[in-house]
Formats: sequence, structure tokens, C-alpha cells
Amino acid sequence: MNLLTVSGSPHVYTEESVSKIMYGVLLSLIPAALVSFYFFGLAAILVTLTAIVSCMFFEFIIQKYLIKGPVTVFDGSAIITGALLAFIVPASLPLWMVIIGSLVSIGMAKMTFGGLGKNIFNPALVGRVFLMISFPVEMNMYPRPTALSTQLTDIITGPTPLAVIKEGVAQGERVSELLPEVPEYVNLLMGNMGGSVGEISALAILLGGIYMLIRKIITWEIPASYLGSVVVLAGILWMIDPEVYVDPLFHLVTGGLMLGAIYMATDMVTSPMSRWGMIIYGIGCGFLTIIIRIFGAYPEGVAFAILIMNAFVPLINRGFKPKRFGEEVKNG
Amino acid sequence: MKTFKLGGVHPPENKLSQSAAIEVLPLPETVTIPLSQHLGVPANPVVKKGDSVKAGQLIAKGEAFISANIHSSVSGTVQKIDDVVDTSGYRKKAIVIKVEGDVWEEGIDLSKDLIKNITLSPQEIVSRVNEKGIVGMGGATFPSHVKLMVPQGKTAEYLIINGVECEPYLTSDHRLMLEKAEEMLVGIQIQMRALNVEKAIIGIENNKPDAIEHLRKLLPQYTGISVEPLKVKYPQGGEKQLIKALVNREVPSGKLPIEVGCVVHNVGTSFAVYEAVQKNKPLVERVVTVTGKGLKEPSNFLVRIGTPITQLIEAAGGMPENTGKVVNGGPMMGKSLSDLNTPVTKGTSGILLFPQAETSRKPVHNCIRCGRCASICPMGLEPYLLAVLASHNKFEDCESEKIMDCIECGSCLYICPSGRPLLDQIRVGKNETGKMIRSRHK
Repeated sequence: MNLLTVSGSPHVYTEESVSKIMYGVLLSLIPAALVSFYFFGLAAILVTLTAIVSCMFFEFIIQKYLIKGPVTVFDGSAIITGALLAFIVPASLPLWMVIIGSLVSIGMAKMTFGGLGKNIFNPALVGRVFLMISFPVEMNMYPRPTALSTQLTDIITGPTPLAVIKEGVAQGERVSELLPEVPEYVNLLMGNMGGSVGEISALAILLGGIYMLIRKIITWEIPASYLGSVVVLAGILWMIDPEVYVDPLFHLVTGGLMLGAIYMATDMVTSPMSRWGMIIYGIGCGFLTIIIRIFGAYPEGVAFAILIMNAFVPLINRGFKPKRFGEEVKNG
Repeated sequence: MKTFKLGGVHPPENKLSQSAAIEVLPLPETVTIPLSQHLGVPANPVVKKGDSVKAGQLIAKGEAFISANIHSSVSGTVQKIDDVVDTSGYRKKAIVIKVEGDVWEEGIDLSKDLIKNITLSPQEIVSRVNEKGIVGMGGATFPSHVKLMVPQGKTAEYLIINGVECEPYLTSDHRLMLEKAEEMLVGIQIQMRALNVEKAIIGIENNKPDAIEHLRKLLPQYTGISVEPLKVKYPQGGEKQLIKALVNREVPSGKLPIEVGCVVHNVGTSFAVYEAVQKNKPLVERVVTVTGKGLKEPSNFLVRIGTPITQLIEAAGGMPENTGKVVNGGPMMGKSLSDLNTPVTKGTSGILLFPQAETSRKPVHNCIRCGRCASICPMGLEPYLLAVLASHNKFEDCESEKIMDCIECGSCLYICPSGRPLLDQIRVGKNETGKMIRSRHK
């Protein structure tokens, strides 16, 4: 008789695995990718491919030759980092800068902490912030959407809708005068505006988010509390003075908010574990986003808001424990 | 439909043997009856080598408060009293009896007649249950008479009957509810009398609609008993989860169900109580599910205690070539066996065979902090954290993070996408934390 395996219970295991989760996230990014390829054309495809390939390459090099440990390039996490990094830089960004961003994302933000699961900060966001600080000019030129463009040089660029409003208000103009200068809400929702590669279409990102919710890759808490607190805070300010503060809907469909709330803030590794922890974290992200967007130096605050809240995650995990069974006895 | 709120998972049910009627397994050549088949102190043998015994005769006496009597399941000669490997994997004392004929002790009613009239007083019921060696048959094997005595200052309000059978694959309770429903209901009434409670609720997951319907038809004859269908969710058969699901009360951390006025017994135990009280029959046989995807005939057998497990597998069509793991119990909490000559004991609810391809665990990856283990933990714990604390010997922290509340249901290890050995590490941590807590009281 062949030998029997003896192991501790349980003896059945879920089909879900790390790489299935990662490839699920990638699948959900397809609508957003298609929209960006439509509006930004070949340039967007090149930026995305460059970021993905260089993230995988750097992870491979570091794991194989620097750490000399197991190589996990195909677990899908480096591909996600690459795709998300590409999604939050302008399509017109020179490819060598994309490669540097990938090195920072993978090398600095992920591998120095010990690889997948160990990093404190969202790798793609660290890469973006590094690029923003190092190459402020290139990182602030956003191409205008041109359907199915194959142009790679001399792309016409311009400020994002958020920047138009922010700079306009700073110069004393009224919101009602500025709004005609930006695309209409339907276009904003579809993604027909200037912005980073994959952040433009709130609708496509929502679609991906719904898929991830159904697959149970993400839960509702972080996106809902993040977007909810943005609406509440922006709403309060808007009600105080609609000529100085733009309406909450505008905040929702512009900039990187939708991508940030659904893909960046929900990153399992860098977000809290318990339900209440997630809600507090989401509210913190929303609060900081609006504060930076309205009162900060940059027109967009999503990346900084999430990175700052990432730093609080260990503290949130300590402070917000799940409800223990039998903890507070309510009988009847 | 009712269920417990906190956590829970839903592994594939795979109830392959649910339509296989209970068959009586032929007598083996020898039986091996361990002296420790229950939670608590092992029983002391009252027979010696060479003695001839009858089926149902007392062969070992449970003398401590938490212990249980053990009776011979067959008639024959005591061959030896020796150490054998039991289902726990440890060597423990057992009485080995060579089977000769099938002669039963006098005074045991072996007829199939249903006796509904309960004549014993509550005290007499408790001592009869004690005398006949009845233990919890859901798997924990806690001596039943102890649970039928309500401690001073406490009152029992509900008798909760566990017909959940939340473990995948297992169907022995399901078949019992279909085939021995009336006996079980009388058994419940006996327990209600012993506990002096007016209300009994049988909790059954709604993947057993035939059992729910069958019992509901019989209920008008049995006052005070109700049946509650429950949404399928593991580990609903855990007593704390079941109480929460049925009467929405939470047993406080470290306390027993009686704290919230509940006593929980399994359907198999209720049937055994019926036989002990109405038929004077000790616990010498039980229903065991023998199942597995590769097995020819997944079955439910009525088996004498002490029968070697190989014999059950033979009767179910023989062990498939590719068998890689044999589990005593269900897939979530059962123990894998190294030796198939281990005997069936009072707590053996099923024998589960896994093909080689399903025996190994998933490869282990880094924790990706997805938080699923914490979201599904039915006790509201954080398995990822407990596992880390335990593996760094931080037992003080383990204690404050409530590691002792863990019911070892296995949901965390089941759900982990990174294949991390969470429950293994938590078990070690529980063990060490328990030692640390006990050493404080010395």
C-alpha cells in the first residue's frame, strides 16, 4: 500500500490563489485600458507596455541577482504595478522616464521592503510621486484626447480640467465662468479629457470595480468611504460658495480619484484589514484628497492622500480590531 | 433564513453519501476499544485478559467527574489490554476483544419498537446516561451526562439540537434524522425532561430539505420541539455559532453555553440517549459515513465501536488505488490517519478518502494582507496576526488577541489565497499560551 499523507486540518482549500487574484485585477483593468488607447492612441499603448515590461524586468533582476531568492515575476503583481504606474502618468511621458518610474516602483517601494505583501506604500503611487518631483514639467503636460491617434511626437498637450479650475479660481475667476472651458460632464465620465493614461474614464474604471467586487477581490468599504467622504466634503464647500468651490460631481469624475479609490486605495497589501479600519482609512483618503485639491499646491491630491494614509495603516490595524465573538453580550 | 452573523465560509458540500441508507456493517473478527474515547479522564478497565464478555457489558469504568463508561460492543474473549494507536495518532490503552457470536447482556431491549413513554425522573435520566457511557457524538465527545446537569445558580432555557452537519462530505446525522427521527425526538424529550426546559430547537442546514420536512411532519406529536432551517455556512455546527444562529445569543469568551441559558446536543447523541434510557442500551455502535470522490459506494454504516477502519472502507467498495489521505471526521476539522487499523470510536462521524491529487496543500506565498482570514473568522479573530505572533513566541500578545477563543474550525487555512499554514501556527500558539495561562495559577 502506498503511504498516506498526514497533515493538520483542514484538508480542503479554496481554489483562489495569489496569482488568480492578481490576474483578476488585470482583467478588470481592460475597459480602462481600451478607453485610454482610444483617446491617447499609440502613445498610451507604448507607455503601458514599457511600464509593464520594465516592472517585470526589474523584479526579475532584483530577485534573481540581488536577493538570489525565488523569482515570482509571473504571480501578476509586477504586471499590475506596471499597468497602474502607466495609468497615472501622461501618455506623452518620455519612455525613459517611464522606465525610471518602474525602477522606483519595483526597486524602492516593493523589493526593498521584502517583496509582495511586505511593502508599506503603494508601489505605483511611489513611482508616480517620484516622477512628479523629478520631472515636474513632463509630468504636468497632459495630451489632449484625440481618437485613435498614432502620433508619438509633438503631441498637443494642455492642463487637466482640475488644473483649469484650480488655476482659474486662484486668479480670481468664478467657477461658473471656468466650467465652459472644460469638457461637459458626459465627456468627463466617458474619459474624453486631458489626464493620465488610464485615469480618464470614470465609467470604465467603475466597470472594472464592479467586476472586482463580484469576484470579491475588493470589498465595498474603501471605495465607498473614500468617494463618499469626497462627495460630502466637496459638497459642504460647494454649498458654502459654488463660485469658488466646484461641485462634488466634478471632483468625482475628474483626475485620478476614481482610479485611486477603486484600484490604489484598495490595494490589499497597503490597506487596513478590518471593516472599520477600512472605512476610517477611506475617509482619511477622501479628506486629504479634497484638502490637497483645494488648498494644496497641486491640482490633484489622490496620490499623496493615499500614500499618507498608507503610512497610517499599521496604526489603524492596531486601533480598529474586528468585533470579537462574545465580546459585548447582547442577549435576546 | 437564519444563520450566524460573524464570518464563515462555504466549501463545496460534496455530500456524496446523502441518499445511501444506513446499512448494518457485519461484525469484525476482533474489536479494539480504546479506554479514552471521550474528553476527560480515561476509563479504568474492569475486565482482564481471558475474560469472556457479552455485547453491552461494562468493560471500563469512568470514575472521574468528566469521564465516561465503556461497554463491550461485541461478545467474545478479552485478548489483551494494550497500547494501540487511536484516531488521535497517539498510543493509548485499549481493550482488544476476539468476537465470538453475538450474545447481548440481559436487560437490553434490541427490538425496533418505539417506546414513547418516558418513566424515569430527571436524576434517573442523568445517571442512566452516565451509566451507559453516552458522549457527544458530533466529534467533541464530551460526556453527555455532565451537560445534562445544570450547574447551581444557572437555568437552562433552550435545548439546542445540532442537526447542522456543516462539515462537507459527512451525512451520518442526515441519515439518522431521516431513518431514526422518532427515536431521536423521544431522545430530545428525555433530555428536555432532564434539563427541565420547555423549548428545544433542532437546527438543520437547508441542504437537507428532506430531513427538515420529515421532522416537521412528526413534530405535532412532540410538544416543545421545533425545527429551524439554517442557511448553509461553515462552521454553523460549532455550538457558539449554532446558538447565535438559532436564538441570537452570544456565549461570552471563555464561557459555556449554559451562561446564555442553552445546552447543545447533537442529533446522534439524542438517539443514543433514547437507546440508553428507553432500551437500556449502552453506546456500543454508531453511524459512520464512509465517503470520498474515488470511492465506489459512498455509504453510511451502523458500526460497532472498535471495528477497524479498513473494514469500513472494504465494505464501501474497497480503497481506490490513488488514495493519498484518509481522514477521520470531516474535511475541515477531521484528523488524517497514518494507520487504517485504527478503530472506530464514539466520536467517529465519518471516514473520508482523498485521492493523491487532493492531498497536498497549496504552495505557500507571502501574506498579501488581503484580510480574508479576518473577515471569515467565525470568532472575530485575526488569524494572520495570531499566526505571526505565535511564530515569534509572543504568547502574551496572543492572549490579549484572544487566541484561546479560536475554535480551530480551519476556515482561515481554507480561505487563504497564499496557502499559509495559519491554523498550524495558531494551534502551536494556543498550546503555548494555554501553558502560560495555567502556570500563572500555580
